[in-house]
Amino acid sequence: MNPEPEQPNHDEARRTFLKQSSLLTALAFTPGPVLQAAAAEIDEKVAAVFEKIPVRLDINGHKHKLSIEPRTTLLDLLREQLGLTGTKKGCDYGQCGACTVHIDGKRVNSCLTFAVMQEGKEITTIEGLAKGDDLHPMQEAFIKHDGFQCGYCTPGQIMSAVACVREGHAGSEDEIREFMSGNICRCGAYSNIVAAIQEVKGGGQKV
Amino acid sequence: MSEQLQKSQSGAIGEPMNRVDGRLKVTGAAKYSAEYELPNLVHAVLVGSTIAKGSIKNIETRQAERAPGVLAVITHLNSPKVPGFAERDHPAEPPTAGQPLRVFHDNKVVFNDQPIAVVVADTLERARYAASLVKAQYDQDKHQTNLEANLGQGYLPAQAKKNPKSPLADYQRGEADAYKNGATKLEAEYVIPSEMHNPMELQSIIAHWEAPDRLTVYDKTQAVIGTQRAFAKDWGIPEANVKVIATFVGGAFGNGLHNWPHETAAIIAAKKVGRPVKLVLTREQMFTMVGYRPYTWQKIGMSATPDGKLTAITHESVGQTSTYEQFTESTLQQTRMMYTAPNVTTRYRIASLDVSTPVWMRGPGEATGAFALESAMDEMAHALNLDPLEFRLRNYTDTDPDNGKPWSTKYLKECFQMGAERIGWSNRKQQPGSVKSGEWLVGYGMGVGTFGAHRGSAKMKAILTKKGTVVLQSATTDIGPGTGTAMVQIAATTLGLPPEKITFQLGNSTFPTAPSQGGSSTVNTVGAAVQDACIALREKLHQLAAATPNGQVFSAAKPEDIVIMEGHLSLANDKLAKAAYSDLLRQNNEAEVEVTIESKPGGSDRDKYSMYSYSVHFVQVHVQPLTGEVRVKKVISCADAGTIVNQKTAGNQMMGGAVGGIGMALTEGAVIDDRYGRYVTKDLADYHVPVHADAPNMEFAFVNKPDPHVNALGTKGIGEIAIIGMAPAIANAVFNATGKRIRELPITPDKLI
Ligand code: FES
Ligand code: FES
Repeated sequence: MNPEPEQPNHDEARRTFLKQSSLLTALAFTPGPVLQAAAAEIDEKVAAVFEKIPVRLDINGHKHKLSIEPRTTLLDLLREQLGLTGTKKGCDYGQCGACTVHIDGKRVNSCLTFAVMQEGKEITTIEGLAKGDDLHPMQEAFIKHDGFQCGYCTPGQIMSAVACVREGHAGSEDEIREFMSGNICRCGAYSNIVAAIQEVKGGGQKV
Repeated sequence: MSEQLQKSQSGAIGEPMNRVDGRLKVTGAAKYSAEYELPNLVHAVLVGSTIAKGSIKNIETRQAERAPGVLAVITHLNSPKVPGFAERDHPAEPPTAGQPLRVFHDNKVVFNDQPIAVVVADTLERARYAASLVKAQYDQDKHQTNLEANLGQGYLPAQAKKNPKSPLADYQRGEADAYKNGATKLEAEYVIPSEMHNPMELQSIIAHWEAPDRLTVYDKTQAVIGTQRAFAKDWGIPEANVKVIATFVGGAFGNGLHNWPHETAAIIAAKKVGRPVKLVLTREQMFTMVGYRPYTWQKIGMSATPDGKLTAITHESVGQTSTYEQFTESTLQQTRMMYTAPNVTTRYRIASLDVSTPVWMRGPGEATGAFALESAMDEMAHALNLDPLEFRLRNYTDTDPDNGKPWSTKYLKECFQMGAERIGWSNRKQQPGSVKSGEWLVGYGMGVGTFGAHRGSAKMKAILTKKGTVVLQSATTDIGPGTGTAMVQIAATTLGLPPEKITFQLGNSTFPTAPSQGGSSTVNTVGAAVQDACIALREKLHQLAAATPNGQVFSAAKPEDIVIMEGHLSLANDKLAKAAYSDLLRQNNEAEVEVTIESKPGGSDRDKYSMYSYSVHFVQVHVQPLTGEVRVKKVISCADAGTIVNQKTAGNQMMGGAVGGIGMALTEGAVIDDRYGRYVTKDLADYHVPVHADAPNMEFAFVNKPDPHVNALGTKGIGEIAIIGMAPAIANAVFNATGKRIRELPITPDKLI
């Protein structure tokens, strides 16, 4: 988990940076090894102030106060910093759907969105789908219909499947196939995934 | 097993039980190799070469080294030495002739995107950015990456040169190339491009030196023991000092059967920085660093009598390999045993190109070979004006024509019948293009698959806990077929325990040895070991119970009558009999009752019989004549795979293989731009694996009759036959729909208009 460092406000940050810049100039005249060690330390400080941005995220109902680099994708934040590894990386380019999460109830490829863009939005990952020990009906249906093999695409398939039903795109087998085609299953459990979605849709429960 | 249990229990062999790890998989709790949290963990990103052949003249790393958060930039210039690299024969697991790439060993470049540096930093973002700053200059040599331009340099693999009896050696039954004199004959060339396994999980590893001579890796592999041995040899440390964990593997389809440069790069990096290192390949790197199904050219000559009896087949193939390893596979095996032809000639060759080494990909060579053989069978049937199913029946064989031995079991005719009925084969018209659905042309096709029913040796530990639950441990893996689930069912059936009381632990090299998960042999081998371990456990319990204070009633009973209860043993036919676990354990001074056994194929059955599993795929396709679009509308895959342990997971495997076959037939092909020797299809947007919309509703059916000669369970294996024969079934259906015979995969629309 990422600690929650105290964030100075932006004016303060600028002042700190200016001080450090002049320090850098001074260091230009210092011998090599000393310089390297000092530079590394300054790198860290500069990074803490300038590379990172304070952001508040609501993930699975928990509020996180974080400080993250703007280049960090939501996917990498979840997996590498928050220990939420249920969301999978299958490509990192928006081509496979393994990283699907819900943002304000809509399915989104978390590899294609930066974490800092999610301030104030409600994010749900696979870890947040079940209610305690009670699995979501889609999770139950995936188990019953064996909608997976290796399980790696599964969290993404399930998040996408829930959204597919909510969107009203689960009207027929063909419609399901069309609207689930952004989620690749290399193991090829497609028939069983479609069966699981149909069951949930047919069951009429609120998903 | 007692009758009562048989009725009440849903986990017996054959039952469609839900997966034991289903809950972990649907909640995101299953941990794959890149998902372990270790203190002080840092991230590594690989830099690949931008030429295919030559040497590194200069590599500029200073900028990367000075980038924020960077801990090390490792190249051939500063890499810690890997002791095993110095030996001439660096270990390969599994062995292939040649030497696996020795990462960062010298400045040689032997394929494009070969790892030339690894950058380690405290965060993934920083490692990735710093990796972009590493720049290399090269002395470039002329490369060859085009197989078809290099067919002439095809050569006999080393193992066939050494041993003329090797299955890769040239083969002749009857007269050589006799097809040339046949009454009705055909000669045709078939090509499949390189195909990428592309499992959804990117290849990843966490390497952790727990002490200078003690290594733990969380690795995406199909062989925890093979990996343990390879790294122990690499680093000159005892095998027991290398621990390999692969509890969940996010698909692999063969690319976890070899150890690859990125694994050693991560281990080197962890050594250098003295911290655990995580390395996850990018999707592009999955095309260049972890194997693929090799580009293969094949030629078939075939002849038959006018009444549809095959007289001769000649089957040749040339597959690509790298310049540093001789990768081989059994592309031509089924041509020797599938049909009755009295004259059969096969010639297997490989050609070395400036590419990375291929590796077995699902169905491996047999799937490649079946594309040519089963397409040719369809062509010949058409030339003879025979129904292709009828043509296959006329050449069906009840003994192995390769060696004259009887089959251990063969229920392929039953498969034909089940499949033909369900697809509605009678609706097929012999004349191509004669069935229509609206403006779409409708075609039917079939393709047969076969794969050796192999069984190896495995050890197994079975532990009875005080609570009356049983834990089994094996160093096998589960890349998706549902190994753990099948093993629990085998144990439940053998012990007469409900499946909830059994846990099967796998994917850890400290567990008893098991072979790699490949070649459709896991249930044949590890399943047999589970059965043997459970029988041994019962026997031990029987002895221990007989020696307890009131043990006479147990000594009089048979081991199979023992009932395992919470806290004590009882007898099926005497509910009052009771032997408390505390009493059993006191005798031996043990905390738990435990057995470890080794299970091996025994007896002479292997000498007496030829053992294969079989499949047939029937498909219906629709082809849009104006656009050339092919839609697979119906698939029925039927298999003779011996005993089916779990209908649900086995069926899923069959359908998954068929989806792989749709990819092979219609969408998959990795393309190299030969000017640069570099892939232009390098991610899932360019390299098309089948998606939901490509896969119709599929059906499967199993004969489900045991093969008593493979093992006592009667299993034969499913994973490979699920894909073998599927691609030609589609190609044949496309011919039936359009009259166009496509002999080069994939069948993209441009080939049909
Ligand atoms: S990882 Fe995001 S779509 Fe593949
Ligand atoms: S279950 Fe393996 S990729 Fe879908």
